[in-house]
Amino acid sequence: MSNRIEVRNLYKIFGNDPAQALRMLEAGSSKDKLLAETGSVLGVDNVSLKVPAGAISVIMGLSGSGKSTLARCVNRILEPTAGQVLLDGDDITHVGLDKLREIRRHRMSMVFQNFGLFPRKSVIENVAFGLKMQGIGQRERYAKAGEVLETVGLSAWASHLPAALSGGMRQRVGLARALATDADILIMDEAFSALDPLIRGEMQGELLRLQNALHKTVLFITHDFQEALRLGTRIAIMSDGALIREGAPQEVVTEPGHDYVAAFTRNVDRSRLFDALSVMSAEKNEFFELDSEGRLIGYRETATGKLSQNYTAVRPETKLIAIAGAAQGGRPVAVTDEEGRYQGYVPTQALLAGISGPKVPDQEDTVYV
Amino acid sequence: MFEMETYYIPLDDWIQTGIEWLAFNFRPFFLLIRWPVEALLKTIESGLLVVPALILVVTFALLALWISGRGLALFTAFALIFINLIDLWAEAMTTLSLIATAIVACVLIGIPTGILCARSELAWRIVRPVLDIMQTTPSFVYLIPVVMLFGVGTVPGAVAVIIVAAPPLIRFTNLGIRMVDKELVEAGIAYGATSRQLLWEVQLPQALPTILGGLNQTVLMAMVMAVIVAMIGAEGLGLVVLQGLGRLDVGRAAIGGIGIVLLAIILDRLTQALAHRQKPDSPKPSQQGVRFSIKRALAGSRKEHLANSDEPIRADQ
Repeated sequence: MSNRIEVRNLYKIFGNDPAQALRMLEAGSSKDKLLAETGSVLGVDNVSLKVPAGAISVIMGLSGSGKSTLARCVNRILEPTAGQVLLDGDDITHVGLDKLREIRRHRMSMVFQNFGLFPRKSVIENVAFGLKMQGIGQRERYAKAGEVLETVGLSAWASHLPAALSGGMRQRVGLARALATDADILIMDEAFSALDPLIRGEMQGELLRLQNALHKTVLFITHDFQEALRLGTRIAIMSDGALIREGAPQEVVTEPGHDYVAAFTRNVDRSRLFDALSVMSAEKNEFFELDSEGRLIGYRETATGKLSQNYTAVRPETKLIAIAGAAQGGRPVAVTDEEGRYQGYVPTQALLAGISGPKVPDQEDTVYV
Repeated sequence: MFEMETYYIPLDDWIQTGIEWLAFNFRPFFLLIRWPVEALLKTIESGLLVVPALILVVTFALLALWISGRGLALFTAFALIFINLIDLWAEAMTTLSLIATAIVACVLIGIPTGILCARSELAWRIVRPVLDIMQTTPSFVYLIPVVMLFGVGTVPGAVAVIIVAAPPLIRFTNLGIRMVDKELVEAGIAYGATSRQLLWEVQLPQALPTILGGLNQTVLMAMVMAVIVAMIGAEGLGLVVLQGLGRLDVGRAAIGGIGIVLLAIILDRLTQALAHRQKPDSPKPSQQGVRFSIKRALAGSRKEHLANSDEPIRADQ
């Protein structure tokens, strides 16, 4: 998987003299010392990050962690103080304004927390905004915007003002605006954070559905760890401007590697995150009968020794929560591939352990803030 | 002992000398300023005086109907007819042309200046104290340099009106643009808007209600000043009041005052309605255009329009 965006050693310092502050930082000053002595705020602290093509990469962090600042450095709404942002391998940190505008018009688009819709423009005008910036004529603009509105299911609202729409619908418009340009990189800054939980879940599903069809490269910013887990192919966790953990969702949960990260993973519903593969035993099991090509044909009952169909077969990517339902009453669970070939089985113990997570010995004494 | 009376700064002499020097050496410059003001004023004034009063009454009433609603339209018609009946029509039209001239000049000067101030911190740092001084100076005080530099009469009066009326529009334009939601500006930039596109597509449309609020303030300032400039020989309703005062003719002074109040109410309501109409939350289809406007004018008041339309009626209306 190639990287569409690569961030290298990026710093963003807010203050009167960022260059001076950067020198202090390089000389070993801490973030607090910097603030006390120069009044400069370290927004992004030496972050390096790769955003792979065609996947959703999530940057997760609490407010003030610098995640939105980092996202704005990627399309240079904010100028990075130091470091590089590479787009398809080209450094865009120092390209001129004209080139930058081209990049913003054709290669990256953005979705905002409070939707960022223009209240005086109709829904379709909002969706067509990026195309208008590209200098495309009204007829063509509206035709394209109309198509995109169709895909987010808002065709009927084209001529209404955003104020007439609910929050979820407004963000669909925001999403449609981002999809209407030919840009295949989407920066989504807390895109669903302003929505109530039910709608948020719905929009996450919508994004995944669209992503399945469109395969955009998405940089998704959120403060919600559950959201990060649901959407992210990769998750990067930021704290105090620095990137403290990066990895696939399951990796991050199994090996937080950091107290700060562990505090988030504690409350994760593991049954929805982990799949059969993570708890599967790949060993041969004498009770499962296979044919000559390795396909599962039946389960031999322990008591009677007869071959029965009294078992459940699941795919490696089936989530534990689905398996837990199927495995009720001690039904054996086998894992098979799409052709029905036996891959392994799920021991009940492993299933339970997978859902409950590793035991933390001194759980009562540890307080995570 | 220290005697305060011994020390004296001849500031009055200095200013006198300074202004005389300016008037003498920069005469072409002041004529250059005077010329477009005079042309505009004369055009508007002769236009207003040439058209028969009844046609103007109807025109203004229709304008009020279009911008605001039936209430203001009726008020406008009655007020103008009343002004005509107390025989102040010509004076009212002169005052109106003074104000109209000031509005045109203020829009041409004030909005670009306000935009500049909103986009350049340096410009705002220079303009802001100037506006502060302009707005704290009693409008009365402007008359002196205006007379020295531009002479007496209606045209110098118009110049004074413009000077007094411009600051609110500059301030409100600046404020309106600066207040535009940061996320909207970011959205504009993120989609590759040039600074011109950002201004026209994002900032100005968003700032329009605030700018029109500033226009309302400018119109009221112009109204006040259009009366005061009677003291430097400008004609109009102010002159009626001044004459009334001079002759201790209470009746004449009073009808002048009534004319001013009626005109002021019309202008205030009109510009306020204009600002209110531009609020983004007011329910209206965006692709309204002329047809919609006519439909609304025919439908009468705003409420009736809402009841007839298929637009969703929002709770905050």
